[in-house]
Amino acid sequence: MTPVLQVNNLQVSYYTDAGRARALDGVSLTLNAGEKLGLVGESGSGKSTMALAMMRMIKPPGRIEGGQVIVDGINLMKLSDQKMLRARLSKIAYIPQGAMNSLNPVTRIGNQMVDAIKAHEDNATRADTERRSKEALESVELSSNVFNMYAHELSGGMKQRACIAISILLKPKVIIADEPTSALDVVTQRQVMETIDRVQKQIGAAVILIGHDMGLMAQFVDKVAVMYTGRIMELSGVKNMFTDPKHPYSQALIRSLPNLENKGIFNGIPGMAPALLQLPGGCSFHPRCSHVMEICKTVRPPSITLASGQILECHLYSEKS
Amino acid sequence: MSDLLELKNVTKNYSRGLLSRVSTTALSDVSLTLSAEEPTIMAVAGESGSGKTTMAMLLLGFIAPTSGKILYKGKDIHNLRGEEQMMFRREVQAVFQDPFAVFNPFYTVDHLLTVPIERFKLAKSKSEAMDKMVEALTAVGLRPGDVLGRFPHQLSGGQRQRINVARALLLRPRLLIADEPVSMVDASLRANILETLSHLQKNYGVSIIYITHDLTTAYHIANSIIVLYRGSVMEAGEVDGVIKSPQHPYTRLLVDSIPWPDINRRWGETEIKAKESELSDHNSVGCRFSSRCPFVMEKCKQTPPLFRLKEHQAASCFLYEQHPSIAPEKLSELLPI
Repeated sequence: MTPVLQVNNLQVSYYTDAGRARALDGVSLTLNAGEKLGLVGESGSGKSTMALAMMRMIKPPGRIEGGQVIVDGINLMKLSDQKMLRARLSKIAYIPQGAMNSLNPVTRIGNQMVDAIKAHEDNATRADTERRSKEALESVELSSNVFNMYAHELSGGMKQRACIAISILLKPKVIIADEPTSALDVVTQRQVMETIDRVQKQIGAAVILIGHDMGLMAQFVDKVAVMYTGRIMELSGVKNMFTDPKHPYSQALIRSLPNLENKGIFNGIPGMAPALLQLPGGCSFHPRCSHVMEICKTVRPPSITLASGQILECHLYSEKS
Repeated sequence: MSDLLELKNVTKNYSRGLLSRVSTTALSDVSLTLSAEEPTIMAVAGESGSGKTTMAMLLLGFIAPTSGKILYKGKDIHNLRGEEQMMFRREVQAVFQDPFAVFNPFYTVDHLLTVPIERFKLAKSKSEAMDKMVEALTAVGLRPGDVLGRFPHQLSGGQRQRINVARALLLRPRLLIADEPVSMVDASLRANILETLSHLQKNYGVSIIYITHDLTTAYHIANSIIVLYRGSVMEAGEVDGVIKSPQHPYTRLLVDSIPWPDINRRWGETEIKAKESELSDHNSVGCRFSSRCPFVMEKCKQTPPLFRLKEHQAASCFLYEQHPSIAPEKLSELLPI
């Protein structure tokens, strides 16, 4: 089975007055059709940069400095701006963080959907685009009346679902959802995630879910990638990640989660994430790591794959690979 | 036994514009007492629109109730003047949701700590003020050298939120109103802030009202919980009982929708009736939850009282009408300390 998405050594830097911040420092991953990947990390770990880089939507002072994003056999980084415009939504779609603010307030939802189709298909007829838009709305459990409504007439959860409807209009191969439910209540959150799950199965797309809610990841994704300072520290199947995390950072992350059994025990991660402008040498997690060794302070750990399938960057496992 | 805080049948309505006769009930007939002797942590949980922030605003005296009374140490907080008002403002402190918005970006974070010291004349000299600041910061687990003299943008969200807690602590409050204090903080730092709050209650004798939509953190930190839906109490009691065996259909739906970070505990199968889009705003008669309830009965057109299921758990639902009902004024009896 050929993977539908391949990211190879993706690098993004932001150039500020204080120097160059490497927001993405060589990130690689592969995803098959129908797979769901969770991208977790603290704020500033580079997860949203990752989404924007894959969409080629990084704005100055940020710059994509290298690497490939191959969707369905096409390297997006090599496309002309014109072709990239067409690839967005038809190959790779993005559900943004604040759905509240990403819909046009003065255009009816339906017209925004029709515009999206017309931008990709020059000879689409009005009747056809309207029918497809209403189908998309119905597939996310919105009534087709929403077609004629404005964004302010919808609740938060409905707006988020309208955004999902737009993202699946052209049946993309990859859908990136950036914290799609962070502003929603638990019940609405569950409804929205169930909607994403269903439409994703319908069109067979791969999904990347970005967020810091590990609980949501446990319920939704197949694989989890833990990011820290622009690098993937550990990439594992969801079961391994929650029952047998390998990297000390993922272990601390999992331990810090509240569940029904550990009431009243708080295991925060000591210290704070370093600023990207002054990254510590060697492994960037070493000042907070409980298993720190001499080598961690000077040598950056290479990416290794364990026999059980986890991909790691940690010296603890180097000799065992 | 004297009461620190007492809510007597508090109701808050918001009217919509001058001419509209339609008003929204944000909080309906809530009575509560907090004891002055034994500090506790009480969680108030609910979705957006449940009235939980209205409750915080009422408790802090920012808005006045439409009917009912809020008493602090036996005195109506809206009639407090002079000395007493200063005492109330000093002893009842707040920590708000957004650790980014409460700082003035032009001042260093010291400003947030020195202003209350001056305002309430807590220190006689500069060095005494500094000692107080250092003590408060240490109590919330910050190294004073790391944060003093810095600007807000140089600190992480978790550090900023802990400075807010430190500021509240500086004033030696009796009561802390924490309105979603961890919802904007990274998951890895949540544990640290919750630990700080729990430490305040145990070691400094501060009672905390923890307002949240996140039942997971409520379960971890609180002793008792009140679940609100559209301004009405749906279920109340000891936090273990309510979260581990929720009885009201609304609490069951909420608890079932928590994404537990445990792959063996799947998202519940409880059907979510009625999408929010189909809900009308004005089902003012009867049980507030009836339009979304899978067990709705003819009876639900009346407002159900609280039925006491156990010593420390009650649900406002006719499914439990074989149990004895309990007057809304007696709500506090259900809440262990």
